[in-house]
Amino acid sequence: MNQTADLSVFDIIGPRMIGPSSSHTAGAARLAQVAGKIAGPDITEVVFTLYGSFSHTSQGHGSDRALVAGILGMGPDDERLRNSFSIARQQGLRFSFEVSDEETPNANTVRIRTMNRAGRSCSVTGVSVGGGAILITEINGVAVELAGEYPTVILEYMDKPGIIAAVSTALAQERINIAFMRVFRHGKGRKAFMVIETDQLLPPGLTDHIKSVDRDIAQVLLIQEEVQS
Amino acid sequence: MIIRFTSGKELLACCEGRGAIWEVMLLRECQKSGRTRQEIFDEMAESLEIMKRGVERGLKGGLRSMGGLVGDSARKAWLHSEAEPLCGRSMFRAVAASMAVVELNACMGRIVAAPTAGASGILPGTLLTTAQEQGWPDERVVEGLFTAGAIGFLIARNATVAGADGGCQAETGSAAAMAAAALVEMAGGTPRQALHAAATALKNVMGLVCDPVAGLVESPCVKRNALGAANAMVSADLALAGVESIIPFDEVVDAMRRVGAKLPSELRETALGGIATTPTGREIAARLQKTPEP
Repeated sequence: MNQTADLSVFDIIGPRMIGPSSSHTAGAARLAQVAGKIAGPDITEVVFTLYGSFSHTSQGHGSDRALVAGILGMGPDDERLRNSFSIARQQGLRFSFEVSDEETPNANTVRIRTMNRAGRSCSVTGVSVGGGAILITEINGVAVELAGEYPTVILEYMDKPGIIAAVSTALAQERINIAFMRVFRHGKGRKAFMVIETDQLLPPGLTDHIKSVDRDIAQVLLIQEEVQS
Repeated sequence: MIIRFTSGKELLACCEGRGAIWEVMLLRECQKSGRTRQEIFDEMAESLEIMKRGVERGLKGGLRSMGGLVGDSARKAWLHSEAEPLCGRSMFRAVAASMAVVELNACMGRIVAAPTAGASGILPGTLLTTAQEQGWPDERVVEGLFTAGAIGFLIARNATVAGADGGCQAETGSAAAMAAAALVEMAGGTPRQALHAAATALKNVMGLVCDPVAGLVESPCVKRNALGAANAMVSADLALAGVESIIPFDEVVDAMRRVGAKLPSELRETALGGIATTPTGREIAARLQKTPEP
């Protein structure tokens, strides 16, 4: 918890979570949940590579079960989390773990590589930064920064002039205010990601709306907490 | 007017003319989030329900933790609380209920971090058992959670609530301070008395290290939650009796920050010191080490 100046009462009395550790269990579940949303539906196989303290203490803190639970779409407070291995087997999801002694800048780092039914692969790297909070640092080889604390739009597109203006116009038409916006790219004119964190919940139609503004937008993902009933 | 406070002193100023700490914290959250008072109160009431279920489940016992070191001590303590415990029934029930929640946490049960998972027993354990003994309604317990939230916010902002940064004093010490302040307001004490209770609780465990056996949130965490519950109850009653903390809350928080920064990393959650490295502690760690380190 670094941004302590503006903490909510629910950052102190919370999060609601499955134990035993906010960083190693709740953070792990959240990382895999966001990675699963980025990878999209119909994941058939996942490989987790654990770095730093994740690699030493993953079993004792249930990080391994939490990671599998997250890929299955479970949140950090889902009671089924502890049975995630058997649920994954029932659903035909293959999962495995690798431990790496490679140095990483952050203690609790995991790389999550998935394969879906159509044979499409996806790689997401993230860090559990403490208190259940996370930071996604890489998507498919592109370095990004994404905390998942706000409703977030992620766009994958070919870098070219005018895309940012077109996308922000689309958001304005939907009356969605941009809180934070960043672009990340492999290089000029190559694959790029736009990460837009917003103040409003994202309507399901937003994906099609944004895709329609430019044909060089390959993918639009909406990452947000499921609306609580 | 915008509610803004960054210290205990400013919090007391906010309470002037507005009432209790919990009122001020609730108002602050309304302004911060743009949500209604009722929505925020209801969300906290939902967390209280999770806490209640946690106490009930943990007290039943028969649980198995990830490392197998805990899972049945809260049940034993609860049984003993029926049989005239030396420190009194109310006190020992609070102790048992606090152990129940953190034991459930160790067994991959559902809890509410307060302020952390490793210290998650103290707040529900003390507030729920005391409310039951005193016949207080649930609304008053929810109010107490907002009081506790204000104290936790100040400690997190001005020091730390993470064991990895400040040792166990920052985790179970902060939880005890939060619970003590909440108990004072629930019992009809003033905001000033609540801050005295929080300061006393933090002082009582100043310097307490974080030294988990095998790096697991099990031993000594469950018993440190037991002590944290007792600490909260004693500190609350002292404040209600009119015994003030000689050192003001804000200065105690800063002292805790300074002590935490001086703790070597071996005594901050790394399992490289304290009881984690006793012969028995090492033996347990070796037994649990299933995969050899690369």
